[in-house]
Amino acid sequence: MAKFETPLLDQLETGPWPSFVSDLKRQAEHRAANQDKIEYQIPVDCVEDILGVVELSFKDKEVHWKHGGIVGVFGYGGGVIGRYCDQPEMFPGVAHFHTMRVNQPNGKYYTSDYLRQLCDLWDFRGSGVMNMHGSTGDIIFIGTRTEQLEEIFYEMTHKYDQDLGGSGSNLRTPSCCLGESRCEWSCYNTQEICYQLTHEYQDELHRPAFPYKFKFKFDGCPNGCVAAIARADMSFVGTWRDDIRIDQEAVQAYIGGEFPPNAGAHSGRDWGPFDIHKEVIDLCPTQCMWMDGKQLKIDDKECTRCMHCINVMPRALRPGKDTGCSILVGAKAPILDGAQMSSMLVPFIKAEEPYDDIKEVIENIWDWWMEEGKNRERLGELIKRQGFQRLLHMTGLKAIAQHVQEPRHNPYIFWYEDEVPGGFDRDVTEFRKHHKR
Amino acid sequence: MAFISSGYNPDKPMEDRITDIGNRYYGDFLPPVIKNNFGKWQWHEILEPGVLMHKAESGDEVYTVRVGGVRLMSVEHVRELCEIADTHCDGYVRFTTRNNIEFMVDSKDKVEPLKQDLSSRKHNEGSFKFPIGGTGAGVTNIIHTQGWIHCHTPATDASGTVKVVLDDLFDEFQKMRLPAQLRISMACCLNMCGAVHCSDIAILGYHRKPPMIDDEFLDNLCEIPLAIAACPTAAIRPKKKEITSEKDGSKKEVKSVEIKNERCMFCGNCYTMCPSLPLADAEGDGIVLMAGGKVSNRISAPKFSKVVVAFIPNETPRWPTLAKDVRKIVEAYSKDARKYERLGDWAERIGWEKFFEKCDLEFTHHLIDDFRDPAYYTWRQNTNFKFTDPYEYSAIKAE
Repeated sequence: MAKFETPLLDQLETGPWPSFVSDLKRQAEHRAANQDKIEYQIPVDCVEDILGVVELSFKDKEVHWKHGGIVGVFGYGGGVIGRYCDQPEMFPGVAHFHTMRVNQPNGKYYTSDYLRQLCDLWDFRGSGVMNMHGSTGDIIFIGTRTEQLEEIFYEMTHKYDQDLGGSGSNLRTPSCCLGESRCEWSCYNTQEICYQLTHEYQDELHRPAFPYKFKFKFDGCPNGCVAAIARADMSFVGTWRDDIRIDQEAVQAYIGGEFPPNAGAHSGRDWGPFDIHKEVIDLCPTQCMWMDGKQLKIDDKECTRCMHCINVMPRALRPGKDTGCSILVGAKAPILDGAQMSSMLVPFIKAEEPYDDIKEVIENIWDWWMEEGKNRERLGELIKRQGFQRLLHMTGLKAIAQHVQEPRHNPYIFWYEDEVPGGFDRDVTEFRKHHKR
Repeated sequence: MAFISSGYNPDKPMEDRITDIGNRYYGDFLPPVIKNNFGKWQWHEILEPGVLMHKAESGDEVYTVRVGGVRLMSVEHVRELCEIADTHCDGYVRFTTRNNIEFMVDSKDKVEPLKQDLSSRKHNEGSFKFPIGGTGAGVTNIIHTQGWIHCHTPATDASGTVKVVLDDLFDEFQKMRLPAQLRISMACCLNMCGAVHCSDIAILGYHRKPPMIDDEFLDNLCEIPLAIAACPTAAIRPKKKEITSEKDGSKKEVKSVEIKNERCMFCGNCYTMCPSLPLADAEGDGIVLMAGGKVSNRISAPKFSKVVVAFIPNETPRWPTLAKDVRKIVEAYSKDARKYERLGDWAERIGWEKFFEKCDLEFTHHLIDDFRDPAYYTWRQNTNFKFTDPYEYSAIKAE
């Protein structure tokens, strides 16, 4: 028998998409039945109380959770987000209900053994409700009490060799696409660099010393499956600088209709027979492709590597072999000063161990941002406030045309004094000898 | 409920402490066929909705069955997917950036039993536990934030709105019949934990009333200068106020703030800094619908989503207006866009005035940008518009 009536939430159990309400009810029943005789460390009926508090929000159309307060594990400033219910008498099981962020394995592959270990730990010491995964990439444990935080951390580090993720004004848990593990387009090993930098910067990840949050995301190619360019302060996007590899026989197989275009992605509708001109050559944004008899030709110097032709004909075209990544900086969601996407900083850099050049770029940026960034100012906002030139200066990079979409629209150039012959100090008396008042 | 120690000694927190060990090594979690062909994949094909095949240079093949995951899941649900992984996939499974779950097998004959197992599993009231789909030119899983289940600043619910939209678009999740992939994202406030601002369609929770001021408690709970500095439009000023205490009825002077309501843009940043400035309101809160963004560099540059519906009320539990407006956009796009054309590219080609006409959405003054410099670049500085009603002087003149 359920603890609370949930007539509104019950209406989210119908329909084909997996119902989180059904799942929560199942979890509530699982805890109540307790077939494995678990000595639950937080209230057994906490999931009933989640259903109750969410039902109340559906009725009130207002949230019933409060600000966090400072809770965490000793020596870390991140990884735990405090959470309290604003109706604790009604819902005592979730009165204190903190979140823990657990740093996910890169690429989000798991063994069932490891997942079960996490489940057992979280069932025992928490609510058993989690996110697979949170937006930044962590495994999220939703809901436990303060006294369990150290216990969970101890078990996680001692038994499962597993650490927490980031939260607050620190390096947030880096994330990446699945990269070379199962994608033919990945231009570098996204998982490896993500893993290496996560470990290199553990101090920055656990102990908030930044003006605000800072995110790394690693996309293996310009398709951008982890949306690095939209949501990371430093976005690493795979690219190449040699020629697209062409298998001319496979091109003919696409033209002949033997292979489905776009790897079969459009098979749910009859779009008619494949037309390489209409679907590939004419859609190329730089118009750098043409057919020379039965040969597909690409003027690679003109190509901007948008991936369209490769996406459409994956069996015929592949990225080049001289690969690396572009580094773009400054993306963020709208709060506060409007949304920003990352801007190009380093057009091409090799992404190979031990990543010394990449670390140099990262650390130059951090030095500047930690010195000049205001409280709660993201890197993108600092770049806007102090200017892109300042970013180049602080990272020791020359301005190149790839940095801009187009040159500036106004002549209000902040000339440096040493760029102007004779400097800025002049003698007005001398000037007046030639120019009467 | 007896407390059981993990071994941690609160009197000696540094004893045997292990810290800064980071995440587990991804290499330990890769299925053999993935490990053996790492970096050596040659091409892939989507065999049917939700089923991918990747071919390696070695000739090896890996078949992936993708299912929709609800990002909010119980350990019982995770244990069930572990059981599936054990039965069919030698105990391996992965999750995608968009909260889908992928089950991989190393030969084609293992695909059908896996699919049947996944499709047969349903929740008590009949929804699928593991719906197959989410690939190619269709709607894939909606990424989302916490909403009313666990966050303190949401203006709407996340899991609920996602459930109703995906129920409504379920066919598009399981069929690949759209002009291109359609990425829908949901964030329950503009902090955008999910960064939805570059999505084909973005569902965004938003407040519409300035914060209330909890004068008696504000100075105790907040750093007033931080609350003031948090406001991007400088709408908050310090103010000493004479109040009647809620606690004991006495008159007293307190340090608090005042808010210029006409400058408030309802972002909630002050509330993040100061719990004594709550914004949540049943009538004020709701949803902003945005459209036309993307993150891929394919054909055209990544672009921001644009606001296309200024406000949709929180019609719990099933948000019918939200579901209807999203469907209108998806249907108009599906009918009108060209093959490979993303929603934003389509809207730009036909013109946004046509977008509103074809989607049967009303254009209102709220949709004209008035926030700082970027606003100007969104107004029309040319005469190349299309005629959609109303446009003539007499028709747009205020009454």
